[in-house]
Amino acid sequence: MSDKHIVSSFDRDLEGIQASVIRMGGEVEAALSQAAKALQTADIDLAEKIRRGDAVIDEMEVTIKTDAALLLARRSPTASDLRTVLTVMEIASHLERCGDYAKNISKRTIAISGQSPIDGALVSLRRMSSFVERMISDALDCYIQRDAEKAREIIVRDTEVDEIYNTLFRSLLTHMMEDHRNIAMGMHLHFIAKNIERIGDHATGIAEQCLYLVTGEFPDEDRPKKDKTSTVFDEGPV
Amino acid sequence: MNDMTKVERDLNMSDAKIEARGVNLHYGTNHALKDVSIEIADRTVTSFIGPSGCGKSSFLRCLNRMNDTIDICRVTGQIMLDGQDINAASVDPVQLRAQIGMVFQKPNPFPKSIYDNVAYGPKIHGLAKSKADMDAIVEKALRRAAIWDEVKDRLHEPGTGLSGGQQQRLCIARAIATEPEVLLMDEPCSALDPIATAQVEELIDELRRDYAVVIVTHSMQQAARVSQKTAFFHLGHLVEFGDTGRLFTTPNDPRTESYLTGRIG
Repeated sequence: MSDKHIVSSFDRDLEGIQASVIRMGGEVEAALSQAAKALQTADIDLAEKIRRGDAVIDEMEVTIKTDAALLLARRSPTASDLRTVLTVMEIASHLERCGDYAKNISKRTIAISGQSPIDGALVSLRRMSSFVERMISDALDCYIQRDAEKAREIIVRDTEVDEIYNTLFRSLLTHMMEDHRNIAMGMHLHFIAKNIERIGDHATGIAEQCLYLVTGEFPDEDRPKKDKTSTVFDEGPV
Repeated sequence: MNDMTKVERDLNMSDAKIEARGVNLHYGTNHALKDVSIEIADRTVTSFIGPSGCGKSSFLRCLNRMNDTIDICRVTGQIMLDGQDINAASVDPVQLRAQIGMVFQKPNPFPKSIYDNVAYGPKIHGLAKSKADMDAIVEKALRRAAIWDEVKDRLHEPGTGLSGGQQQRLCIARAIATEPEVLLMDEPCSALDPIATAQVEELIDELRRDYAVVIVTHSMQQAARVSQKTAFFHLGHLVEFGDTGRLFTTPNDPRTESYLTGRIG
């Protein structure tokens, strides 16, 4: 099959929305890595910059969805073209949420600045965030390369994020139970951890879109969930 | 198939209303259909799509032996209607075409009144015993073709005086007046405007309750809208046949993908 449509403007429209979503992905990757850096270095200025920068990411999502809707209305795409448009729209939603999480991490970075963080928490958060940054970037790569095999690998990787998050959750809970003066800091750090964990879920979502684009199917089984914290209640210090 | 009772036919049939096996068609030396096998389900709209000259219309015309009228045309293979070979010596093609009705690309009403257009088929097949009988048949067919309200006060005016969309629905009424079991449509909307097209598409969806409908269309979107099954023809081959939804989102064959997405194959 030829890659090119008989109507060349159709190719330009399709390439256009894909290029936009990749650009949006670049913005989100940058926001995530800078949010992690601002947290680690307690850099309020950088955090503030990311907080304000989220509006740009939101705008990109609106533009992509408007262009995709226009393409659906004008071209009536089918088969792999249809799947391309549908997945672009979904991925834009995933990325927009990731942008919101980066913004929220930055807000909390500003809120906790000047306070001493709970021992070890920042190290775990750094591990988690670099792990999910790689997941997002790999998920976007596998989407560009139409690599279903790589997409499946990324989906499995999400369990590792869940595991780091579980451990951190328990550790923060323990600190808060031991000394109530840790609660404010513990809550902020916990929400930051939860934000990062959710970004991992969105990376998985992007990988699933890649699978759908290539195969026309979504993974049949529920993906493995290792985040068990939603069922934990006062088990005592761990 | 006239020598079998309805019950015998029901017992004899598989799920398919029409079953074609290894159909080949030659126009002189031109091999236009190559080993086409397909099962067409009852009470389902099946669409045939493919580029010009792919054989889809030729195959449609095989289904009610319209190709018999073309001298250089030779058809081999088997086509079964309810398990009975339609090309068997015992089958009367005129009777067959009452069972398998056809609607053409351009509306072609007879130069007669609206009433006579619809009454023509039932008359030659002796389906009405009285004038009242015929009135009932004509009204029923026009109602099912969703055109009754527009023509009930002008039944004796010429059919050619109607608009294009109305003429096409009149032709559909004429085709279903003989109570066929299958309705073949060869690009029934290509001469119609979008509103008339929508009316005919709505009608096709209604007709599906009673008939197996087979439609040849150049509009892929029309195939996607009206049919439950789609067959893609290319260079005389039936390349792919399956559920319309699946075919339009995840076709199996790269040739289908190329054609559907408008790429140079």
